Amino acid sequence: MALRTSRAGAWVRCGSVGEACSSPDHANGNGGVIRTASIFLMFLRKILYYHHICELWIIVVRGGDEALILTDRYSVLSLLGEALRGNRGWKRAWRAAEPKPQYDVVIVGGGGHGLATAYYLAREHGLHRVAVVERGWIGGGNVGRNTTIVRSNYLLPENSRFYEKGMTLWEQLSRDLNFNVMFSQRGTLNLAHTPGQMDGYARRGNAMRLEGIDAELLGREEVRKMVPDMDYSDQARFPIAGGLLQPRAGTARHDAVAWGFARAADRLGVDIIENCEVTGFIRSGERITGVETTRGRIHAGKVGVAVAGSTSEVMRRAGIERLPIESHVLQAFVSEPLKPLIDTVITFGAGHLYISQSDKGGLVFGGDIDGYNSWAQRGNMPVHEDVISSAVTLFPNLARVRLLRNWGGIMDMSMDGSPIITPGPLPGMYLNSGWCYGGFKATPASGWCFAWTIARDAPHDLNAAFTLDRFAKGRVLDEKGVGPAPELH
Amino acid sequence: MRIGCPVCGDRDAHEFTYQGDGSRTTPPLDADQDQWFAHVYERTNPMGRHTECWLHTGGCRAVLIVERDTVTHEIFSVRLAGAQAAIHDEEAGQ
Repeated sequence: MALRTSRAGAWVRCGSVGEACSSPDHANGNGGVIRTASIFLMFLRKILYYHHICELWIIVVRGGDEALILTDRYSVLSLLGEALRGNRGWKRAWRAAEPKPQYDVVIVGGGGHGLATAYYLAREHGLHRVAVVERGWIGGGNVGRNTTIVRSNYLLPENSRFYEKGMTLWEQLSRDLNFNVMFSQRGTLNLAHTPGQMDGYARRGNAMRLEGIDAELLGREEVRKMVPDMDYSDQARFPIAGGLLQPRAGTARHDAVAWGFARAADRLGVDIIENCEVTGFIRSGERITGVETTRGRIHAGKVGVAVAGSTSEVMRRAGIERLPIESHVLQAFVSEPLKPLIDTVITFGAGHLYISQSDKGGLVFGGDIDGYNSWAQRGNMPVHEDVISSAVTLFPNLARVRLLRNWGGIMDMSMDGSPIITPGPLPGMYLNSGWCYGGFKATPASGWCFAWTIARDAPHDLNAAFTLDRFAKGRVLDEKGVGPAPELH
Repeated sequence: MRIGCPVCGDRDAHEFTYQGDGSRTTPPLDADQDQWFAHVYERTNPMGRHTECWLHTGGCRAVLIVERDTVTHEIFSVRLAGAQAAIHDEEAGQ
């Protein structure tokens, strides 16, 4: 309230100064232009003066202590207010928390999934004594290394229900987190190049519709109308036959998702501890009761592991030597910024390529994993060649576009291409893994289901099929039907 | 990445097809479920030294057992797999 009064006071004082200065223009009556200019100048002075008064207020009256009046909630008004005072009053998005000796739940891995889990644990299950421990920094792992695509166009009901839960969470996410994750429902178009593929997409589209998910089968001309810049000529190596469109799919700003979940979790009391690597697990008998970290021992009632590509090595520290997971490198690419060219997400059906255009204009694209076990966050040239040639085959006008940068991330490829969200494999421990290269889109749903699983010690219906023992029991969820070959999922 | 094929010499990894963990051994046909499950689905997936199979698709089509670092991609050793190794050694001996 004190701040509000002071702002009102400042406006009054500014106003009186501004009016005095602009009075000569009013006097000679030279009409509209000068009048408008003078009003504008007056307004400018008011803003500048207001800015100084505010600073003066902070320095003189509050003794320079800005912490008392930091702006927390993001809104048009707070944005305007902060713009006027030089953006000096924003509160840290999340605290640099120090590890406490004991928590109810410790989540290992501060990626999108770990942060989302912590957020939903606090919001949905009332657990506020939660810590997220991250080896590096927030946004440095796969949540900052993906191609930002969000979709729920799956064939198997277990997968489509889960990802559709994610889609409904995505649609509300910016509002829920009070952070603009720039979720853009620009659609995802899977191209078909043969009649057989069209049949396959019709089947998948029907399966989606039976689950209440939006799907449209497009013919060649409809695809041409939607994306006119692809190769529709007679010389096209893989003529476009049509495609399957999910209109509600699209992209989200990946960093914003990490930062948004981190900030929202922090506001609910979650400690986000960066630069804190888990080196081992504390046991009491068989039960996991905490983690040993580079920043000390942290005891916890429950420990959730959500470390994507690092799953095997982290679990080895708990004595689990073998898992149905292989780590592979997936590369992503960004071109130099271009004028608007692609206003949807397109996947090539005759090779493996997915491509969209960011708001900055860069084409963001990727393809297959490199195809061999890798823990290196960088890839090799054969995949560059393969992915880029697919892009140029589809969009011949990209042939002379320059590549701006590329990077690699380590994928936790599961043996059937579907994820694992489960209690166990040890008592007191919970595992979230096996995302292959579809983890980003799953971020909210994964966090939501993992939080449920941890809080209630049992999976939700949505992740009941994502167990670790499904491989042994013959209940694999092999979306593409390629068998236990992780490099093919 | 380049792999030194014992038959063809040093070649670009592009010529090879990856065939996964080479440290696994196929269990006997009458082995129990657990053994088969472990063989088909479970992997040690190490960060560091890894034994793996590569098929020289664009060359001699031999299956190679390669020891490689999964972080640096450094290759420590390459040898022919199983029966092929014996044949290769025999021919080399003649």
